[in-house]
Amino acid sequence: MEALILEPSLYTVKAILILDNDGDRLFAKYYDDTYPSAKEQKAFEKNIFNKTHRTDSEIALLEGLTVVYKSSIDLYFYVIGSSYENELMLMAVLNCLFDSLSQMLRKNVEKRALLENMEGLFLAVDEIVDGGVILESDPQQVAHRVALRGEDVPLTEQTVSQVLQSAKEQIKWSLLR
Amino acid sequence: MLKKFDKKDEESGGGSNPFQHLEKSAVLQEARVFNETPINPRKCAHILTKILYLINQGEHLGTTEATEAFFAMTKLFQSNDPTLRRMCYLTIKEMSCIAEDVIIVTSSLTKDMTGKEDNYRGPAVRALCQITDSTMLQAIERYMKQAIVDKVPSVSSSALVSSLHLLKCSFDVVKRWVNEAQEAASSDNIMVQYHALGLLYHVRKNDRLAVNKMISKFTRHGLKSPFAYCMMIRVASKQLEEEDGSRDSPLFDFIESCLRNKHEMVVYEAASAIVNLPGCSAKELAPAVSVLQLFCSSPKAALRYAAVRTLNKVAMKHPSAVTACNLDLENLVTDSNRSIATLAITTLLKTGSESSIDRLMKQISSFMSEISDEFKVVVVQAISALCQKYPRKHAVLMNFLFTMLREEGGFEYKRAIVDCIISIIEENSESKETGLSHLCEFIEDCEFTVLATRILHLLGQEGPKTNNPSKYIRFIYNRVVLEHEEVRAGAVSALAKFGAQNEEMLPSILVLLKRCVMDDDNEVRDRATFYLNVLEQKQKALNAGYILNGLTVSIPGLERALQQYTLEPSEKPFDLKSVPLATTPVAEQRTESTPITAVKQPEKVAATRQEIFQEQLAAVPEFHGLGPLFKSSPEPVALTESETEYVIRCTKHTFTDHMVFQFDCTNTLNDQTLENVTVQMEPTEAYEVLCYVPARSLPYNQPGTCYTLVALPKEDPTAVACTFSCMMKFTVKDCDPTTGETDDEGYEDEYVLEDLEVTVADHIQKVMKLNFEAAWDEVGDEFEKEETFTLSTIKTLEEAVGNIVKFLGMHPCERSDKVPDNKNTHTLLLAGVFRGGHDILVRSRLLLLDTVTMQVTARSSEELPVDIVLASVG
Repeated sequence: MEALILEPSLYTVKAILILDNDGDRLFAKYYDDTYPSAKEQKAFEKNIFNKTHRTDSEIALLEGLTVVYKSSIDLYFYVIGSSYENELMLMAVLNCLFDSLSQMLRKNVEKRALLENMEGLFLAVDEIVDGGVILESDPQQVAHRVALRGEDVPLTEQTVSQVLQSAKEQIKWSLLR
Repeated sequence: MLKKFDKKDEESGGGSNPFQHLEKSAVLQEARVFNETPINPRKCAHILTKILYLINQGEHLGTTEATEAFFAMTKLFQSNDPTLRRMCYLTIKEMSCIAEDVIIVTSSLTKDMTGKEDNYRGPAVRALCQITDSTMLQAIERYMKQAIVDKVPSVSSSALVSSLHLLKCSFDVVKRWVNEAQEAASSDNIMVQYHALGLLYHVRKNDRLAVNKMISKFTRHGLKSPFAYCMMIRVASKQLEEEDGSRDSPLFDFIESCLRNKHEMVVYEAASAIVNLPGCSAKELAPAVSVLQLFCSSPKAALRYAAVRTLNKVAMKHPSAVTACNLDLENLVTDSNRSIATLAITTLLKTGSESSIDRLMKQISSFMSEISDEFKVVVVQAISALCQKYPRKHAVLMNFLFTMLREEGGFEYKRAIVDCIISIIEENSESKETGLSHLCEFIEDCEFTVLATRILHLLGQEGPKTNNPSKYIRFIYNRVVLEHEEVRAGAVSALAKFGAQNEEMLPSILVLLKRCVMDDDNEVRDRATFYLNVLEQKQKALNAGYILNGLTVSIPGLERALQQYTLEPSEKPFDLKSVPLATTPVAEQRTESTPITAVKQPEKVAATRQEIFQEQLAAVPEFHGLGPLFKSSPEPVALTESETEYVIRCTKHTFTDHMVFQFDCTNTLNDQTLENVTVQMEPTEAYEVLCYVPARSLPYNQPGTCYTLVALPKEDPTAVACTFSCMMKFTVKDCDPTTGETDDEGYEDEYVLEDLEVTVADHIQKVMKLNFEAAWDEVGDEFEKEETFTLSTIKTLEEAVGNIVKFLGMHPCERSDKVPDNKNTHTLLLAGVFRGGHDILVRSRLLLLDTVTMQVTARSSEELPVDIVLASVG
């Protein structure tokens, strides 16, 4: 019990994972050397998926690590930290990731929509955690910083001229191709 | 916005995942588009996404191809599309450790970082710091300082976090940015404050005073960020731990005040910090426990989990503090999150009463299969603790363990169960038969070699002593038929042990062993042949020496001695007595509720310690010809108070006819250097001091060693116990504490040390005899002596046993150091080896009336050890 007093550190998150409903990796970012090789990472992801995909219980202890998770339709979100880490901090990261994605994907958090917005995901994770340190925990802020100007406005909210403009561009591209 | 591309991919058969069938070479080919003008931002951004996706999937990029793509990408800085630019930053970060010459983008990034577009600046800072090494850092230092104090939070945060990463390689440069970090720490933005505090702490963490100042400053004004609070709580509790103690300190008050914070995260951090503080009293724990109790009924699973996990920790040390939460914990037993339920049950098992055990065990067995191995081990440990607390419940618990043993599980989990069962069997003789037969069943279908051999060993040891030993033979012999070599070898040894202890079974054992002689494997054959020949002699002494009690020498020691012997062959046969004895495994001491997993290590350390001493002593020319080192005292004895000018600790080394006292000296005065340090010794008995080996020089705070060699008394060999008065003699030379220069002139001085005791225990090495009776018969009664004593000052049997074991320094065999409750007689069996390599065995019968009466019988292969033991007891 004595050894549990942590070296105070900002390095909170060990990994962020997003798996699909077959347990395949859609996104994975490891911030330290707990699982150095791709093989070990895959094995860990497989284990994590097997232990969590049937239950909807939010938190688990696996391979000596605390895992907080959340699922949405066909996606599984995981945030992983040391077993001595404050579970609520990890939860804050998970919620921030989920909420900002949900905002970017207009509440439509599923595999297809996510894949169509892969770059949004990359940018969002980059804004939430940097090298294991929690950079931002407010989903509004994250969505705002990722915000992809103008083009990001959904079809219904676009003005007629914008629609025309984008249609023109699309035609231009297909010709260019 | 990417719909167009996705459609294209879909039409070309990409399936639901447009990235699924990406080819690395094709994607890198596509990267040529980067060179086209004008740049098509969407297309390029999409290609970058594909590259990132590939790296993310674990695809390996070679240096050349990565460098090529990287250079192509640098062209994209010409475009002003925000998404494209941001994707470039990400690509730079990902490629910084794969591609070469990534620093060429430094100027572009520096431009972005100081530019007008706020959305670029933060990410640009992070990308820049990723590619900067310590030599380049000076060049951007000015910009970093500005960025840290920037009014845009994302820029400031980015700069602070990047500085934190840079600390690892460029501590000295980043250290100069504290003033800026200090300014950022009073920011209104919660994340900026958190990052600034983190950076400040990491820069200053080696300076206790500065850290204390920092804590008091920020706690006085209060913080805005819950993350920053958590960080501060951790810093405070670390300071508290190092300060060791006083709970009146403002640090503890701060942590306690955080229990009333409005953020759950902070409240939990504070509670868990208090729980983890070493030596916390029940009163200090109470407020923390009560907030955790509140969390137990939270709708958030993570919070319930955190609370119950922490309560579980409290219950290990202060079960009574948690009893108040029992009702809340009961509610969690049926929680849908099995981790929470398991933790709740194991906590209840620690705090609850004996009567609730049955119910809880039933509950937990209903979902054992759903929880992960980690938690199963937690359950097993809880059960193991219960067995010690409530020995009467062992039947229920054993049954539960066996059900678990039969189910699927990994090695760690199975090992925890087997360890637990074995400890129950050892503690509780009634459970022995059922336990053994269940274990027999387990090895019928056991995939773990280590566990199978371990159980076979246990069967060999315990099986022959049961009422019906023959029933185990079938299980053991099945192993010989069905398993691979290691297990077969273990089974053969177990069979031999049955043969050696059981007259009626001997003929059938011999038949079985004869079959094993034909085995395919060398080791199995060798063992079978050896045991067969020994057993056919039908001599008890042989059985005891070669089958029932194994080698007692240290294996590395034996290896070295044999190697020495082969290098310098002599006429004399090799003498096993010249090999140092193995220090007895510490494993026996695990009787307390320590977790089962932490047993293995100390054994190894102890074994190597004696090796180290042996090497050190062999390097001193004065000690040549003393023979092998027989024993070193386990703990150095302090001969001074810990706070005095000189700190002296003594380790006793025993040889066949000599003793060497090793004095580890430390000089704690920084204005003195000691030279020619010796410790003069005056024995009270017939010991003779032969020589002193001085420590040449003892500068401030650098430990040195001096030795004293004494000869053991020859005229009266029984007078081994002795007191030495010690005095340290040395030459003092004054020196300058700052420069370390010493004066040439010195003066003689003396320093009186405390007396040093040599006891019988220093002459006897502990040895483990698995089968005491066999060893007793093997030694024979040629030199047996018996005497009766009254121990008038001792009132209980436990106390008597503890004193005898400590006094003689011998190893209690067959768990005879445990006195059963409510008995007034007890037999203590002790085994050891006397200096010179003679086995000595002591059987001591104890009788408790008002005081303890003790009848000591000692046997040895020589007369001297017996005399010494009896003389010393009296």
